[in-house]
Amino acid sequence: MNEISTRVSSVAMTTGEQSVPESRRHRARRSLAVARSGRAGRMLVTALPYLWLVLFFLIPFAIVFKISFSESIRAIPPYAPLFEMVDDTFLQIRLNLANYMMLFEDRLYLAAYLNSIKIAAISTLVCLLIGYPMAYGIARSSKAVRNGLLMLIILPFWTSFLIRVYAWIGLLKNEGLINNFLLWLGLIDQPLPMLYTPFAVYVGIVYSYLPFMILPLYATLEKMDMSLLEAAADLGCKPFKAFLTITLPLSLPGIVAGSLLVFIPAVGEFVIPDLLGGPSTLMIGKVLWTDFFNNRDWPLASAVAVAMLVLLVVPIMLFQRYQQRAEEAKR
Amino acid sequence: MNTGRRSVWLLTAMILGYAFLYGPILSLIVYSFNESRLVTVWGGFSTKWYGELLQNQKLLDAAFLSLKIAALTATGAVVLGTLAALVLVRFGRFRGRTLFSGMVTAPLVMPEVITGLALLLLFVALEQLVGWPSGRSMTTIVLAHVTFTMAFVTVVVQSRLAQMDRSIEEAAMDLGARPFKVFMVITLPMIAPSLIAAWLLAFTLSLDDLVIASFVSGPGSTTLPMVVFSSVRLGVTPEINALATIIVALVAVGILVAARIQHRQDKQREKDMQRAYASE
Repeated sequence: MNEISTRVSSVAMTTGEQSVPESRRHRARRSLAVARSGRAGRMLVTALPYLWLVLFFLIPFAIVFKISFSESIRAIPPYAPLFEMVDDTFLQIRLNLANYMMLFEDRLYLAAYLNSIKIAAISTLVCLLIGYPMAYGIARSSKAVRNGLLMLIILPFWTSFLIRVYAWIGLLKNEGLINNFLLWLGLIDQPLPMLYTPFAVYVGIVYSYLPFMILPLYATLEKMDMSLLEAAADLGCKPFKAFLTITLPLSLPGIVAGSLLVFIPAVGEFVIPDLLGGPSTLMIGKVLWTDFFNNRDWPLASAVAVAMLVLLVVPIMLFQRYQQRAEEAKR
Repeated sequence: MNTGRRSVWLLTAMILGYAFLYGPILSLIVYSFNESRLVTVWGGFSTKWYGELLQNQKLLDAAFLSLKIAALTATGAVVLGTLAALVLVRFGRFRGRTLFSGMVTAPLVMPEVITGLALLLLFVALEQLVGWPSGRSMTTIVLAHVTFTMAFVTVVVQSRLAQMDRSIEEAAMDLGARPFKVFMVITLPMIAPSLIAAWLLAFTLSLDDLVIASFVSGPGSTTLPMVVFSSVRLGVTPEINALATIIVALVAVGILVAARIQHRQDKQREKDMQRAYASE
């Protein structure tokens, strides 16, 4: 602090001593230099992350798109080139639409596609139903416990996702904890088959993505002006009606953000349907994985990825708009 | 009466919600001390699975590799993510900004199978074109992880930068400090806590990733989640329970330490403020 003030006074003294035109010229030259170096610096600061993202995020999608039109062959890498020079004079372009035809003709792909949307949508709804009361409760609790409660929501996120999914195998198995407990209670005579069913996939997705729903909901509910509810109550509004007409609309941005954060990744989920779902639980992420790793059909896997992106492009753009608005609101 | 009934209902929902979040994790911890190999039959207390875990060389090698990848990833992602956050918060409008902010936020929600496939195809195409990166290895995993964790770093740092008091920076600028110096001497220390948080977040995300690593890894680079996944696919194994318990314990200790440091810093700041006001 002291250092700054002495520097301030020394700056004031030196400028005071100099003749006016010279100091002005000096300052002008200097600010120009700062501006120039600032512009160069800005360019550099922008270029580094920009080029990185173009190279490792944008271009890869273009390549996926390109390879989705090529033919699968037995080679390394296992796809036929799209562009080929013929006799060094003609550029031959071979577009192969067979992969996309396959997506429409083979019932497996359409079923997986629709099933993924269904599972992701229902899981999002369940996350909302479980997450809303929790976010509401945390936002309305006293300041002393609020941070602790919030920490407990975030904590599982820091532990391994894979291991949290794995935990459900031990719980849902035929000889697992839940079945043993129900048998012991006498509610059932023989184990309920739960693992390797769609039910297990729903449980896994809801469990893994619940924190992503709760956090944005909490953020909007915590900012809400409570005096609005008091005013409504004073005017004779029933609590439930006040919730429907005030709290719910005000928390809509949180609902949208949380739902997108759950829905979009859940559509492409691979680990959960693979570990918890049976062979009959088709999801598009798992189909892509099988095409790529087991069948080594890279072009077909690329076509599946493009189809998934087409489905997700609108939700992703919605999410970005929300994200930008939230950032601007902070400033 | 009405509000009383409502809060009882809310409390029940919260207790059930937290039980849902923590029940599975607790069951893992309890059964990691189970003598019996049958995971769901209690055979008495034992720590033998921890011993077996420490003798599983394949798993230990993979864990070491994963830690190395995570540390490199987190460092790279913090550098790039912080630059991206600076661009978004401080540089105002410029040509290509919409594309930039789109590319920054998209990886947050992009399904991992798509990111993994896209990056693998890029690496293969690059190898054909310029001969780099030759084959898939730790390098390709780090590059892929930096790309997808950078988005999370940007979000964390961005919100800190947006809330930061700019008057100190402006004061330094007025006194003639160059932008780079202002950033190093003033901005960086002020956003340091968010950089640490972002580093830890990128570290855990990298350590945890199975899908993207599976796509871009080579024969010699098997990460911990890949080993865990292949053994979990074969069924429940008590060693994985022991591993889970160790991870949960480390995370819990880490968070407690972080909360403790945060608490102490807050107190110190309060004291400093009081002293500053007293001296005025």
